Amino acid sequence: MDLESLYQEIILDHYRAPHHAGLREPFEAEVRHVNPTCGDEVTLRVHVVDGVVEDVSYDVEGCSISQASTSVLADLLIGKQVDDAMLVHEAFLELMQSRGQVEPDEDLLEDAVAFAGVSKFPARIKCALLGWMAWKDATARAVADVEV
Amino acid sequence: MTLLSASGDTARLSGLLDTDRVRADFPILSRRLDGDRPLVYLDSANTSQKPQQVIDAMVEHYAMHNANVARAVHQLGAESTAAFEGARDTVAAFIGAESRDEIVFTKNSTEALNLVANTLMWARGDLAIGPGDEVVITEMEHHSNIVPWQLLTQRKGATLRWFGLTDEGRLDLSDMDSLITERTKVVSVVWVSNMLGTVNPVAEIARRAHEVGALVVVDASQAVPQMPVDVVALGADLVAFTGHKVVGPTGIGVLWGRGDVLTALPPFHGGGNMIENVTMAVSTYASAPSKFEAGTPPIAQAVGLGAALDYLGSLGMDNVAAHEHAITAYALEQLRDIRGLTILGPTEAVDRGGAVSFEIDGLHPHDVSQLLDSLGIAVRAGHHCAKPAHARFGVQSSTRASFYVYTTPAEVDALVEGIEHTKRFFKVA
Repeated sequence: MDLESLYQEIILDHYRAPHHAGLREPFEAEVRHVNPTCGDEVTLRVHVVDGVVEDVSYDVEGCSISQASTSVLADLLIGKQVDDAMLVHEAFLELMQSRGQVEPDEDLLEDAVAFAGVSKFPARIKCALLGWMAWKDATARAVADVEV
Repeated sequence: MTLLSASGDTARLSGLLDTDRVRADFPILSRRLDGDRPLVYLDSANTSQKPQQVIDAMVEHYAMHNANVARAVHQLGAESTAAFEGARDTVAAFIGAESRDEIVFTKNSTEALNLVANTLMWARGDLAIGPGDEVVITEMEHHSNIVPWQLLTQRKGATLRWFGLTDEGRLDLSDMDSLITERTKVVSVVWVSNMLGTVNPVAEIARRAHEVGALVVVDASQAVPQMPVDVVALGADLVAFTGHKVVGPTGIGVLWGRGDVLTALPPFHGGGNMIENVTMAVSTYASAPSKFEAGTPPIAQAVGLGAALDYLGSLGMDNVAAHEHAITAYALEQLRDIRGLTILGPTEAVDRGGAVSFEIDGLHPHDVSQLLDSLGIAVRAGHHCAKPAHARFGVQSSTRASFYVYTTPAEVDALVEGIEHTKRFFKVA
């Protein structure tokens, strides 16, 4: 397997110095997601104001892929409209499930295109998705709370 | 073996099997992985590889003797039954059981342990478990020897207690007399830890358990592959192990139980083969082992298991244990020298099996195993189904290398080089 396609330099950079890491206030929803096969964990908070992702803060105990992908997620989604952020989420999910067959939309996914290689390593896809699934869950809760 | 003299380790590594000869029996060990890399298989505690003798025995069974067992009058049925029951004899002899009827075939160790926990749930009389009763396990158990006992104690209102661990990764036996008391109904312990590698003093624990009249269950999944086993000398009442870790196939495990204990336990699954008589209103049950073997059993798998134990027997389990000890001692010594690497579990090869779990500062086990895989080295990363033991040492997961009869010192060297390569790749000093 082509290791360089998995461990892109962008991924290693985010792993060594994750962006937006740590848990912050204020937040409307906090979730904890676990990858049961390896035990990796993410605790993630979202702060949504008027339909805009104001903040994503998180604490990941996990491998380079899960840490870097959560870092890239925060970079990418903070400041976006929730609807637009969900489109990015969908595109990332599709990329991860593509087995390397989908040409990623670089305008939409930016740094997250670096994870295209991960989709060729079935055992690692869950690592890349850990933070993203947590974000979707947390955001759904935050938005639901606002509507109620 | 030129490698041994080259590294000057000949004296210390005495006790190795003739790995050239052993490896020739395992076809998978000569295959090439992606990138034309040779396979360095260091994941035998997860599942062992299979020698040609086992593969041949199963192919021969399916090709020439296949029929259902214990219910066909025809010649094939008789051959298949003889092969299946012959495997039971082989297992009984291999672990020193007093009777072939003490060998129950299951799907794996997990099912064997669940068989015990479930039948105890339904037991009456002396074996019945209820409020005020206690089950004692240890903090180093595989999940398969934790969750069934949680289910049992929760459902019956009993209490689950456990031995803690020392910092070195051994059982803390200092409170044994206050932990195992008149209230204790079952003590279930792992013989050899799949994560820490620790070999536990099962006989000593069994003695104390029997003083208070408790049933002793032993998870021998990692013990039977590695050392000579005599279930009578062990002093346990029930012992579980699995076929696929003793160079046998998946899909078959063994529960050994002392005759009187198996007689006292109620049936597990209901169905064919486990009955004596069935009417629409009520059934009576066969005696052990049939009582616990409802339905068509894993026949070819039993044949494979018999061939596997014959194979290990031909190597000699004393020799297997000596090999395991030598290679583990060598690995511990090499790994100890790696900066930033911490071994979880005993760091000396004393009362220690051939699984070595470790963590490396600044590196996640997933990334370590991914890098090693790119070099053709197969190890396990994660919690190894022993989350409480990891939690005890303040880690979430670890990387585990495990060794078996075909493991060479050169493969340990490859692991060490692979770890150094991994550290360089991730720029960890």
